[in-house]
Amino acid sequence: MTDEQESLILDSIDRFIARDVKPVAHDLEAADAYPIEIVEKMKEIGLFGATVAPEYGGLGLGAVTYARIVERVSAAWMSVAGIFNAHLIMAAVVERFGTEEQKQRYLPRFASGELRGAVALTEPDCGTDLQAITTRAVRDGNDYVINGAKMWITNSIYGHIIAVLVKTDPGTDPPHKGMSLLLVEKGDGISVSKLDKLGYRGIDTGSMVFEDCRVPADNLIGGEEGRGLQQILAGMELGRINVAARGVGIAQACLDESLAYAQVRKTFGKPICEHQAIQIKLADMATGVEAARLLVEKAARVYDSGQRADMEAGMAKLFASEVALKNSLEAMRIHGAYGYSTEYNLERYYRDAPLLAIGEGTNELQRIIIARELIKRNPV
Amino acid sequence: MKILVSVKRVIDANVKVRVKADRTGVETANVKMSMNPFDEIAVEEAIRLAEDGKAAEIVVVSAGPEKCSETIRTALAMGADRGIHVTCEDALEPLAVAKILKAIVDRETPDIVIAGKQAIDDDCNQTGQMLAGLLGWPQGTFVSKLEIGDGEVQVTREVDGGLETLALELPCVVTTDLRLNEPRYASLPNIMRAKKKPIDIVTPEELGVDIAPRLTTLKIEEPPKREAGVKLETAAELIDKLANEAGVI
Repeated sequence: MTDEQESLILDSIDRFIARDVKPVAHDLEAADAYPIEIVEKMKEIGLFGATVAPEYGGLGLGAVTYARIVERVSAAWMSVAGIFNAHLIMAAVVERFGTEEQKQRYLPRFASGELRGAVALTEPDCGTDLQAITTRAVRDGNDYVINGAKMWITNSIYGHIIAVLVKTDPGTDPPHKGMSLLLVEKGDGISVSKLDKLGYRGIDTGSMVFEDCRVPADNLIGGEEGRGLQQILAGMELGRINVAARGVGIAQACLDESLAYAQVRKTFGKPICEHQAIQIKLADMATGVEAARLLVEKAARVYDSGQRADMEAGMAKLFASEVALKNSLEAMRIHGAYGYSTEYNLERYYRDAPLLAIGEGTNELQRIIIARELIKRNPV
Repeated sequence: MKILVSVKRVIDANVKVRVKADRTGVETANVKMSMNPFDEIAVEEAIRLAEDGKAAEIVVVSAGPEKCSETIRTALAMGADRGIHVTCEDALEPLAVAKILKAIVDRETPDIVIAGKQAIDDDCNQTGQMLAGLLGWPQGTFVSKLEIGDGEVQVTREVDGGLETLALELPCVVTTDLRLNEPRYASLPNIMRAKKKPIDIVTPEELGVDIAPRLTTLKIEEPPKREAGVKLETAAELIDKLANEAGVI
C-alpha cells in the first residue's frame, strides 16, 4: 500500500460518503430503515473486502488505512460503518483461523459482499463475560445441532451468515476450552427479530433464537473444537480498533459542526466562538479528537505488525469512545436547542456515542484488560 | 478509436482558497488537491465511450509537478488505460499546456482529445481552443452531449440562445461542460489495480516545447470583503437612497 493509493482510497470513500451516505442518512436513521442502496454501493466500491487478503478477492488493507475509512464513514453515519465492521470481523476470524477449505469457500464471497454477516457472541444473560454463554452445539453425525439464543446481533436480519460462539462441551474447566465458533448460514431452525435501540439505528440489530438448527460440521472454524473464544478474542482486537475509529469519527463530526456553528451563531453582539467559555470547549474537543486518533493509529500499527494489540486496542477504544461521548455532549451545549432538535445531526451523534462505551467489551472491562496487560508486560 | 484526455491537478473545489502573504499566488501548502472537476467529466466521458465499445484505448496526460502522478492515477483507477506525465515544476500558462498537448498528440495520434472546458483554479478556458488551433483540428467546446458517428462526432453545446449541435470531423478536440455526465468515483479494487497501469514520464524539453511564460503576474489579491447591508424602515427611505446614494433612479 503506497501513500498515493491510500490517498486515492480515502478520496473515493469521501466521495461515496458525500454522494451516497450524507444526503440520505438523516431520513433513514429517523425511520430506522436499513440502508439497502448504500449497501449495494458498498459492494460496488469493494468495502466488504477491505481487510480480506487479495488472494481471496479482497483489498488486503491494513488496520491503519481501515481505521481511517471507518472514522470517515462514522463521521457521516455510524450505522453504515457497523454494516461492514461486523462483517469484516467475521471475515478476519475465518482468514486467521479457518481451514484452507473454509477460506476458499467463503472469503471470496465475503469480499464481494455477496455473503454478508457478523459474529454472534452476546446472549440475553451475558455479554462481556463470554465464558458464561449457554448456547449449545451438539455433534450429530456430520452436523452440529445448535440450541440457544443470541442477542444484539448486528446484520442478523439482512446478513446471510453469522459466526456463532457456542459451547461444544459445557463441562470443561476452564469453560473456554469447550467453546467453538460455527459459521451458520441462515436457514431452518433460526428465528430473528429486530431490536429497537436508542441510537445506532437503521442497522439491523436483532435477537436470534436457534432451535435444533443444523450446521454442517465442516463449518466449525479451524476444524477443531475448543478454540472459539481464543479465535474471537483475536478478532475482537480488530473490532476494538474499529470501535475506537468510530469514536474518533463521531468526536470529529461533533467538533466540525460545533466549529462551524460557533462562528455564525451570535450572542451578546458577537459570534459565540469569541466567548472564552466556547473557546475552551472547542479546544478540549479538538485536543480529544487528535489524541484519540493517535491512539487508534498506534493500536492499528501494532495490529498490522502482527503483535498482540489487546492493550493498545483497549486503550484506543476506551479513550476514543469517552471522547466521542464527551464531544457529543459538549457539541450539544454549544448548539443549544438546535443540538437537541431532531432536525439536525447532533442529537444522533449524542445517541450513537454511548454504544461505543458499551459495545465490543465495556470500557470498564477495557481498563481491566489494560491493567492486566500492563502487569504482564512489566514484571518486577 | 484512441482517446487522449488531459487532466489538471488543482486545489480541491471544497477548499476555501487563501492568498499567500506575499501576494504572489494562492496557498497550496497542506491544501487538498484534486483532479479538475471538468477534467473528471472528460475522463468519465472517455470511459463511457470505451464501455460502449466505441473507444479502444484511453490515454491520460497531465503536465505539472511530481504530485500530478496522483491525478493521473485517479484517472487510471476510474478506468483509463495508461498515463503520460509531463513533468514541470514551474507554473504553466494555457499556451504552454496547449503546446505540450500538441507534442503529445503528435506522438500518440489520438482520434479525439477530450479536455475540461476550463480549470477551476485559473478559469482560463483557453487550452482546448489553443490546442485545436495549433493542430488545425475542428473543436467543439462546452459540450453537454457527445455522440460518435462515422468519421465524425456530433456534439451539443450550451450557448446563450439554447442548444447548438455541431458535427465535427475526426480527429477533433472537445471540451466538456458540467452537464455532460456525472463522473464516477473509483472503486477500491480498481484503485489497487491501477497501480499496475503504466505512466510514462517525459519533460517539456524532451518534447521540444518552449514553455517560457508570456505573462507576468503582478499580484494576487483576495476579493473585497462584502460589507454588511443596512435595514431600512420605510419604502420612502429606500427610494431616497436609490435616487440619491446609488443614483440608479
